[in-house]
Amino acid sequence: MPADSRQPGHAAIATADDRGRPGTSARGLAGARRTRRSSGARRRADRSVGYLLVAPAVIALLAITGFPLVYNLWNSFHTVQLADPGAGHGFSGITNYKELFDEPGFSADLGHTLLFTVVSVTFEIVVGLALAVVLNKKFKGRGIVRAAILIPWAVPTVVSAMLWKTMVDPQDGLVNYVLRTLHLPGAGVTWSANAWASWAVVIAADAWKTIPLVAIILLAGLQIIPSDVYEAAEVDGAGSWRTFWKITLPLLKPALMVALIFRTLGAFLVFDVIYILTGGGPGSSTETLGYLNWKAFIVNSDFGYGGAISVALVVLSLIIAFAYTRLLKPST
Amino acid sequence: MAMATKGALYRYRHWRPRLNRAGFIAVNCLFVISALVPFYWMLTTSVETTQELNAGATSIFPHRLTSQAYTQIFSEADFARPLLNSMIIALGTTALTLVLATPASYALARLNIRGRAAVLGFVLLAGFFPIIAMVGPLFLVYRRIALLNSYQGLIIAYLIYTLPLAIWLLTNYFGQIPKELDESAMVDGASRLRALWRIIIPIAAPSIFTAGIISFILAWNDFTLALSFENQPGSYTAPLAIVNLGQSQYQVFYNQIDAAVVVVTLPVALIVLLAQRRIISGLTTGALK
Repeated sequence: MPADSRQPGHAAIATADDRGRPGTSARGLAGARRTRRSSGARRRADRSVGYLLVAPAVIALLAITGFPLVYNLWNSFHTVQLADPGAGHGFSGITNYKELFDEPGFSADLGHTLLFTVVSVTFEIVVGLALAVVLNKKFKGRGIVRAAILIPWAVPTVVSAMLWKTMVDPQDGLVNYVLRTLHLPGAGVTWSANAWASWAVVIAADAWKTIPLVAIILLAGLQIIPSDVYEAAEVDGAGSWRTFWKITLPLLKPALMVALIFRTLGAFLVFDVIYILTGGGPGSSTETLGYLNWKAFIVNSDFGYGGAISVALVVLSLIIAFAYTRLLKPST
Repeated sequence: MAMATKGALYRYRHWRPRLNRAGFIAVNCLFVISALVPFYWMLTTSVETTQELNAGATSIFPHRLTSQAYTQIFSEADFARPLLNSMIIALGTTALTLVLATPASYALARLNIRGRAAVLGFVLLAGFFPIIAMVGPLFLVYRRIALLNSYQGLIIAYLIYTLPLAIWLLTNYFGQIPKELDESAMVDGASRLRALWRIIIPIAAPSIFTAGIISFILAWNDFTLALSFENQPGSYTAPLAIVNLGQSQYQVFYNQIDAAVVVVTLPVALIVLLAQRRIISGLTTGALK
């Protein structure tokens, strides 16, 4: 038995073997050899077992992610309106896509989404990085701090959203309580009536929940930086600030990229925190593309237009992911 | 002059590490406080009476503790049903995820199948697919095959969250187990499946447990898919019921909402406190490989 069953030579032989004897003959041969446990037969047997083991998971994933994408693409070129059965189910060409550009909703919501993405991701990465640097130091009670900051990640979005809704409630909120107690202006103000205040609350709730994940990813990145580079920097007399910019940040780039991709796509597709906190309001000033897409599907039952928005979301997500991987490339 | 400089230098050397340390502790406290203050406010609000809330008399220190809101959500709002729904669905999702992901990951890590890279690539990509884009097509399919308002519908849909992560995690873990272990088992005449069942799964149990915990949390926390596929109060999950609690009444009773929020938070908070290390290692293997 070869020590490493993934030796390229053996793999090549097995592949040629499999191709040469298709169907029943190959199976019969494998069966005959099985008693001798020859490596070729073992590998073929392994393979067929392997496909059997992988198939259920892959089929399930294709059914719930791959198929809906294709279905969306199909729907986006057809009329699929459940609320209006009279409209039929005919081919509608690019009508749904034209609607994306003609109606003010999509472009306005694209603007909101980009604003939210840039502000919240920047905020989350900066604070998450600070948190990771702090957690990277060894100190008493680090476990407690780590558990405390991990809890916001683990709670449902409904919880984080409701907590912040309670916090800024004009009557029962902590913000109001503090303003009232200190006799500051703004006590009793209904923040949800103001677009900018609504955005601030949405961003606070989102950041509060996602910063832990950012910090954990960046912390893992910090921990794989070998300590001797820091010792070398200290010997060269570099201050801690300079060390951070010249050594830590460049070496942290892969982890930073992972966190950035995670968070940018997450923020770009934001839906639940908006639905719970503002419902897109006041007016439609906090409506994002994710919210618009959900509304098209579930509220308006327009799966053609909704499909077109979904296709746009997938394409834009791909562009974002592609842009980040290009950014990552030159240094590695 | 020289003495003065020396004194200043001494004072600087003496105080600087202390100042740094104080700053460090302050920053730590700031992080912990910002993570926990909303929880504290939720707790105090949940033990206040509706009358106190109406009077606008909320305070950092609750006047007296009452369990009024907790009793109300179970007696008046029937919060037990959504809790039970959530528990069944989250446990079902966890079980189905592990049943699908464990064998698949073993095959991907060990059995040298063709198209391994393509499958892993697809799994990684699937983890980034926009959930919101799946809502419409799955709704249409579920409507046709009567999976709206069902446990099964949500359990299957939640695989979107859990399966990519679990496969990614477990494939990484299985790859780290020495090959000699399953090979020695097979020399003794065991088949691949037997080796997986008798040797690999027991060894990898902690990792499978980690994948299970993360799957449970992800399923427990979902709002978007439940909101889209469950439209009858009897089939609401807990997060859905909480949002409804806030919208169904003319007046919002924050003590009731926050009591429900406390109840929903408890299981995940417990899991995090008990399995903090595992969760962190699970999340980072997934992210940095």
